[in-house]
Amino acid sequence: MSGKDRVVVGLATCGIAAGGVSVMEEIRREIKKRNLGVEVAETGCIGYCFAEVLVEIQKAGMPKVIYGEVKPNDVPLIVEGHLIEGKILRDKALLIEGRKTPEADFLKKQKRIVLANCGLIDPENIDDYIATGGYEALKKVLSGMTPEQVREEILASGLRGRGGAGFPTGQKWNLCAMAQGKDKYIVCNADEGDPGAFMDRSVLEGDPHAVIEGMIIGGYAIGATHGYIYCRAEYPLAVRRLKKAIADATSRGFLGKNILSSGYSLDIVVKEGAGAFVCGEETALIASIEGKRGMPRPRPPFPANKGIWGMPTNINNVETFANVPWIIRNRAKKFAKMGTVGSKGTKVFCLTGKVRRGGLAEVEMGTTLREVIFGVGGGIKEGRKFKAVQIGGPSGGCLPESLLDTPVDYDSLPAAGAIMGSGGMVVVDDTTCMVDLAKYFLTFTQMESCGKCVPCRLGTKRMLEILTRICKGEGKPEDIDLLEKLAIDIKEGSLCQLGGTAPNPVLTTLRYFRDEYVAHIRDKRCPAGLCVDLVTFHIDPEKCTGCGVCLKNCPSGAISGERKKPHVIDEDKCIKCRECIRRCRFDAVYTV
Amino acid sequence: MMSAYSPGACDNGEQSRVLEKILKKYKGSEGALIPVLQEAQEALGYLSEETLKKIAKATGRTLAQVYGVATFYAQFRLEPIGKHLVRICHGTACHVAGADDIDAAVCGHLGLPEEGGTTGDMEFTVEKVVCVGACSLAPIMIVDGVAHGRLNPDKARSVIKSYQKSENERSGGGARSGKRAQKKK
Ligand SMILES: Cc1cc2nc3c(=O)[nH]c(=O)nc-3n(C[C@H](O)[C@H](O)[C@H](O)COP(=O)(O)O)c2cc1C
Ligand code: FES
Repeated sequence: MSGKDRVVVGLATCGIAAGGVSVMEEIRREIKKRNLGVEVAETGCIGYCFAEVLVEIQKAGMPKVIYGEVKPNDVPLIVEGHLIEGKILRDKALLIEGRKTPEADFLKKQKRIVLANCGLIDPENIDDYIATGGYEALKKVLSGMTPEQVREEILASGLRGRGGAGFPTGQKWNLCAMAQGKDKYIVCNADEGDPGAFMDRSVLEGDPHAVIEGMIIGGYAIGATHGYIYCRAEYPLAVRRLKKAIADATSRGFLGKNILSSGYSLDIVVKEGAGAFVCGEETALIASIEGKRGMPRPRPPFPANKGIWGMPTNINNVETFANVPWIIRNRAKKFAKMGTVGSKGTKVFCLTGKVRRGGLAEVEMGTTLREVIFGVGGGIKEGRKFKAVQIGGPSGGCLPESLLDTPVDYDSLPAAGAIMGSGGMVVVDDTTCMVDLAKYFLTFTQMESCGKCVPCRLGTKRMLEILTRICKGEGKPEDIDLLEKLAIDIKEGSLCQLGGTAPNPVLTTLRYFRDEYVAHIRDKRCPAGLCVDLVTFHIDPEKCTGCGVCLKNCPSGAISGERKKPHVIDEDKCIKCRECIRRCRFDAVYTV
Repeated sequence: MMSAYSPGACDNGEQSRVLEKILKKYKGSEGALIPVLQEAQEALGYLSEETLKKIAKATGRTLAQVYGVATFYAQFRLEPIGKHLVRICHGTACHVAGADDIDAAVCGHLGLPEEGGTTGDMEFTVEKVVCVGACSLAPIMIVDGVAHGRLNPDKARSVIKSYQKSENERSGGGARSGKRAQKKK
């Protein structure tokens, strides 16, 4: 990176969704208009997703500053004030290098290994990656380590798979290295189907070479002849950046035939998924790569022995591979110093929902949920009350406030009823109904069940029917027992872990929020005021100022009242669309 | 089920040529059925019965096998879609941020049932999708590949209106927009 002044815009999917492209265009226009010799670049996601669009300014003689929530019409001010006059615009500055800002805690409380480059380098420029020590690990491996030594190093680091199950990576590589076959495949699982999780996307978009370097090292360690990256179809930007990174790595001799003159050869092909959650499961993923319906099959035989086209296949998650170059560069010992006895290193979480600072949070294993949600995340939005955190997506669970001091690692979370999962962490406040949330996940798993085995295909459907009637106020007293019984049968009887974990969201909400189920069933009441069949809308005459906004916007004409006098809602006409709640600036509309 | 809809301006002859090209590119490569279907859909808008038959023949599979794969994956469409594809995210973060309200607003505005579908004038198709990976900006929807985040029902409606507007400007309010006006309630 040169000594020139630089403006960098975060243009990952989230930055683009927040309007990053028009901010970028505006910056280019301003700089051209004023004839400034400033370099404009783009980068991946630094993780401050709550404050997108992010613009970083590096100006000689000034600390580096990241501005948040930048809109196109802020650009002239920033260019004029910061780049020309050399003044930091305090109220827009999210982060000022070396100084304390209110949002600095978000990064300060994290430990970044996997995300070290995300949001800092230009992911489409291989030289940026190399400048940060990229491909050093590969050189070290190919010039001085045997495959066995590489596997031992990974085993000694204690790295466990980040795709959900937490299987020790070194052990997995050993199994595949031992297996015999004409060809051998190394596969990166970039299917990231867990709704509410985007860490793999961020790594692929922000630092694709790290994943590729990890894959090549893994390929060498197991003796792979071919590589695949199976990427979700919903991630077009990640696919594009991966393809470019593969082409660039190949042209530099890091990939392809006779890599760095070592005699080892590997090619990597990107395969786009076609929208099926179950294809994240290893045997289904293999079927999908072969061009078939992505249905899991019983194991054994395990993919390590019989995978793609019947050949030994090793599948690891994106984040798992992204850890590998760091471990090789810094040694296993240093990696194993981080974390807990059974869980080493860090984990990237996607902090979303009702948390104030939502985004990418990479923390050391063993950090408590409280530190993640309140330390990194800054607590709950709009001063509301924390109710639960959902960890691990459709296979995971919801933990209540009393368990906020649970450390995040592979042992403590399952003990509490949740799982580490891929890293989705959705925080909910008192406006979320836990029965509805359980129903949401069941709707998802039921829809995504591939239909091959009966417990999953029919069991999830029956559970969903029960949850649906509970949310409608038609639940029966025996429904809770029935849900628990079905859950156990589905867990035990399903062919793959889609069904095997599908009941978890229901089981944990039953365990920690049973009173909400009881309120729905016995009292026909939704404590969060969310289940439309169980609530009625009212206006608090004390709070209502009679401004008329709700009246004007009610689509069914259910609200009446004189100006400047409290309004009322006609229950018979109300269609419960929540428009009035959203519009009221005085918090006067409430549900019972 | 099969309609005479032809996406864009290309006639049937041209469609065949496009498909031939894709099939030729993947000829002989094992396991290429999914990329073939993906590229065919990308080029032709959707996978018609005709298209599936041709793909089956060229890849040496039965129509049932090809149909089985095409219906297994959510990405594939066997029906034509509208000019603009609106995908409303229903991932967890979007769900707790009110994705249902966005759905109701968009579908209500376009006169579609809440589960989505295609408008009678073939202008808009509304789909539900699960997590587009920009959860911090929930709720979110993607229109023709462009993500719009931090929505509320009003914002969502105005996003849709902006596509209707640009449509009107381009076609000068031709026959198509006339049809849409009838459809809207
Ligand atoms: C239904 C289902 C979906 C899964 N989805 C993913 C996924 O999206 N990404 C992933 O890395 N692993 C996913 N997994 C876990 C993988 O099967 C596998 O354990 C993982 O990719 C192994 O990599 P690791 O050892 O590096 O964790 C899924 C498993 C199941 C049962
Ligand atoms: S939940 Fe909507 S983008 Fe992830």
